[in-house]
Amino acid sequence: MGMTMTQKILAAGAGLPKVEPGQLIEAKLDLVLGNDITAPVAIKEMDRFRKKGVFDKDKIALVPDHFVPAKDIKSAENCKCVREFAHRNKITNYFEVGQMGIEHALLPEQGLVSPGDVIIGADSHTCTYGALGAFSTGVGSTDMAAGMPTGKAWFKVPQAIRFNLTGKLSKWVSGKDVILHIIGMIGVDGALYQSMEFTGEGVASLSMDDRFTIANMAIEAGGKNGIFPVDEKTIEYEKAHGAEPGTVFTADEDASYVATYDIDLSQIKPTVSFPHLPENAKTFDEIPEIPIDQVVIGSCTNGRISDLRIAASILKGRHIAEGIRCIVIPATQKIYLKALEEGLIQTFIEAGAVVSTPTCGPCLGGYMGILAAGERCVSTTNRNFVGRMGDVTSEIYLASPATAAASAIAGRIADPTEY
Amino acid sequence: MKEARGTVFRYGDNVDTDVIIPARYLATSEPAELAKHCMEDIDRDFVKKVKPGDIIVASKNFGCGSSREHAPIAIKAAGVSVVIAETFARIFYRNAINIGLPIVECKEAAEEIKAGDTVSVNFDTGIITDETTGKTYQGQSFPPFMQQLIDAGGLIPYINSRE
Repeated sequence: MGMTMTQKILAAGAGLPKVEPGQLIEAKLDLVLGNDITAPVAIKEMDRFRKKGVFDKDKIALVPDHFVPAKDIKSAENCKCVREFAHRNKITNYFEVGQMGIEHALLPEQGLVSPGDVIIGADSHTCTYGALGAFSTGVGSTDMAAGMPTGKAWFKVPQAIRFNLTGKLSKWVSGKDVILHIIGMIGVDGALYQSMEFTGEGVASLSMDDRFTIANMAIEAGGKNGIFPVDEKTIEYEKAHGAEPGTVFTADEDASYVATYDIDLSQIKPTVSFPHLPENAKTFDEIPEIPIDQVVIGSCTNGRISDLRIAASILKGRHIAEGIRCIVIPATQKIYLKALEEGLIQTFIEAGAVVSTPTCGPCLGGYMGILAAGERCVSTTNRNFVGRMGDVTSEIYLASPATAAASAIAGRIADPTEY
Repeated sequence: MKEARGTVFRYGDNVDTDVIIPARYLATSEPAELAKHCMEDIDRDFVKKVKPGDIIVASKNFGCGSSREHAPIAIKAAGVSVVIAETFARIFYRNAINIGLPIVECKEAAEEIKAGDTVSVNFDTGIITDETTGKTYQGQSFPPFMQQLIDAGGLIPYINSRE
């Protein structure tokens, strides 16, 4: 029996000719990531190790992005802890306010992820880098603490679910709609402990930004990782961002999958996940009129340039509905600058939106857009759990940037195809 | 013998890390401080009622969502001796083992044990006993490597012991 793409990467990382699902392996790490919430815990834990220092100062990425620019004194202390650790250990890839971005948009943009890499990050959305044909998965602070001095981590080799994509997305439909549709289909634990491997001729039509969004939310189905094959678009992206070529792995013809789902991209419609789970996915034929209070366009899921372009194309020449707050957050400084050059920022501000420096802030109820009791938000982020963005009685509706922009104009959850 | 014994707090499917420890408290990683807000957004009375040794029993996908280790840290620091669930989300599962919070997967126990029951868990045998109903359940055993991690008291002591 052959191996899946993920299994092949893990086998190579462990220096083994073959691995089996369920096998426990120790793999060498190509990158270890942490942020201002998780890295301080890891840094403190590292004091408990006999082995001191870091395994490779170029293979650790520290990105303060959650509560920065520091929202309060405790956050400032966390940032200081990360900053001092980075300086002390001469960490190459430490990104200070002003150079930083939301980690999962920033690392690929900086060319730090190559196909075939084995990556752990103390952030659940580390699975994003599967879009580039890498194995990457979220872990906790202790795994990060162990990865920094040793350059290794233990993994249980996962089984895989295959998503065979065909066709092309319709106008106003994007990667977000695809992944919300999939989570709606398989549930928030539908891929528990498993890889989600996206294959098929439909992959070629998906932009890299769409692939990042899809891989990013694998965790929302319980997945260990989400992964795409490497094709011309991947190679082009990697070249443009100065990444090492890496190693391209492909699944064996006779690889075994727990299940295969055929997904015709042309049939996917704008999709919204209702409170309080990402699996509560609905299309507009099932959505009544729901007035809203706030819209957030941004995050590691949907703060990339194509997300901002599609939102701006809907907001251009229109105005956000009275009483609605619309918060737009470009995911990195480069994306921000590009959006500025393309006139998108002007479009957002003229439409009545507020534009913020890159931060995870509102997505996890940190700051920059907390919801009051009973408020409703259409958000391009990734989780709509109880209290995630604020008060426990507030409600989050997950959607694509197009749907979010359309909703901001309408003042209710709105179908972008109306525009 | 390694054993847990306490009163059960009962929850359903998909208890996520945002309700276990809301992000508004993530600026600290101090266990005692996190414990004060444990389960706050799903059960406001939890911290008032929980006693050292008490047990959480939940259904599917416990600990889904964020990778925040603050979640198992908060539960452990609140005094919880073990979490029993039908399944755990994978990052929570790793984190719990890494920090030494005992967890047991057992579908039948997760289906039948009720809030307020007195339950004991023998970690050597994996046997869960509901002392209120008299029923026993066999929890899933861990692969040997994970059991070594657990026996060592977590990932860091385990790695230290190998060097």
